[in-house]
Amino acid sequence: MQITVSVNGESHVRDVEPRLLLTHFLRDELRLTGTHWGCDTSNCGACVVRLDGVPVKSCTVLAVMADGAEVTTVEGLAHGRTDADLDPVQEGFMVCHGLQCGFCTPGMMLTSRALLDRDPAPSAATIREAISGQICRCTGYENIVRSVQWAAAKEAATRDAADADTDSSEALA
Amino acid sequence: MQVPAQFEYHKATSVDDAIALLTRHGPESFVVAGGHSLLPMMKLRLAEPETLIDINGLDELATVTVESDHVRIGAMVRHSALLSSPVIAEHFPIFTDAERLIADPIVRNRGTIGGSLCQADPSEDLSAAFSAMRATAVIRGADGEREVPVREFHRGPYETAVAHEELLVAVRVPIRPASGSAYAKLERRAGDWAVASAGAMLRVDAGTVAEVGIGLSAVGAAHFVAPEAEEYLRGGPASDEAFVEAGRISAAHCSPSADQRGPVDYKRHLAGELTTRVLRRAARRSRGEEA
Repeated sequence: MQITVSVNGESHVRDVEPRLLLTHFLRDELRLTGTHWGCDTSNCGACVVRLDGVPVKSCTVLAVMADGAEVTTVEGLAHGRTDADLDPVQEGFMVCHGLQCGFCTPGMMLTSRALLDRDPAPSAATIREAISGQICRCTGYENIVRSVQWAAAKEAATRDAADADTDSSEALA
Repeated sequence: MQVPAQFEYHKATSVDDAIALLTRHGPESFVVAGGHSLLPMMKLRLAEPETLIDINGLDELATVTVESDHVRIGAMVRHSALLSSPVIAEHFPIFTDAERLIADPIVRNRGTIGGSLCQADPSEDLSAAFSAMRATAVIRGADGEREVPVREFHRGPYETAVAHEELLVAVRVPIRPASGSAYAKLERRAGDWAVASAGAMLRVDAGTVAEVGIGLSAVGAAHFVAPEAEEYLRGGPASDEAFVEAGRISAAHCSPSADQRGPVDYKRHLAGELTTRVLRRAARRSRGEEA
């Protein structure tokens, strides 16, 4: 069956078997191996991607269900930027040691990005709830929570700076 | 690597189209909604549909609407949408309570109300919550719609009143002024199925229980309800002693099975304790003492 899926802003047309799972479509067909394939039973969350903006476990979505949809994977988090210019969530994970082995990291970062998009200042409890469907066996989650808080603080500072710029230009005008 | 067996795939363009596809492809065609029960079963080859009919595109089934004295919840409403719905939180906090504890936030983004009910897992939470609310399932076939009380919807584990060439399209929940509802569940860890869970709906009139619904899940209660406890409460005082006694009756009449989540006596104890707690909370909510 022919499907057209936009992944990280780029449109892909492929002929796939209906039984192909979205994880394997991304990894094997498109060679985007940043999406990890973990438990295969929708428990671990290593395979989380955004489907039309909504975080989903891609091991439990058929590729054909993504026909016509917009998918964002970890490769798209810093899309359109240079290698050094990361998404604040990625920076947070780096600065706060939000990962050790890194297996859960792509899913954790996509869920965190989606969380910050709807709640720019989440509490630690809200962050823990948001990632409660994802398993990390290294960090004990502490550093993941700190990483997301770091990203939230950075984005808040960026917004404040932008507001200050607007204020000062208004003052000049 | 878990791979489903091969199947033919069709995207339904409307409810009528889904019913026509089910009719055309026969008994080995399955409807897929969120897919978070069916796809894992297909991977394990516990389900091997020859044809899959995808109803994810049916946005007309994904709405929560107030219709005079009831709320109509479309079958394709995702768990996350039910959880965040202000209409639901206002009229039926039982669903908000339950949805916080169903699977995990990512699974809730995909799983649907209709899918949960039609999967009819004996540990499923919404079946107990809808039963407590005495809701009605709306089922559509080629000849039109019919309504079945949710308390008659489940025919046994994984079996429902929906015939092969029919589709569950919505659930209607009556709005009861001056009533309260609540849900509680004990799970081993976030996202797990219940060890035991209970839901309650109460309408109290001058200190007397005018209407009551008690739902139980994961403890082997037939049709997910505790009719003996409801019978005991109805017409009697809405007192703490009565709620404790109703819990005792619930526990005595359910029939849990021992499994990795616990032995029978433990689950029976939980069924009673959770019943009492949700009745207390529903009563407080009916008096406006708690959101």
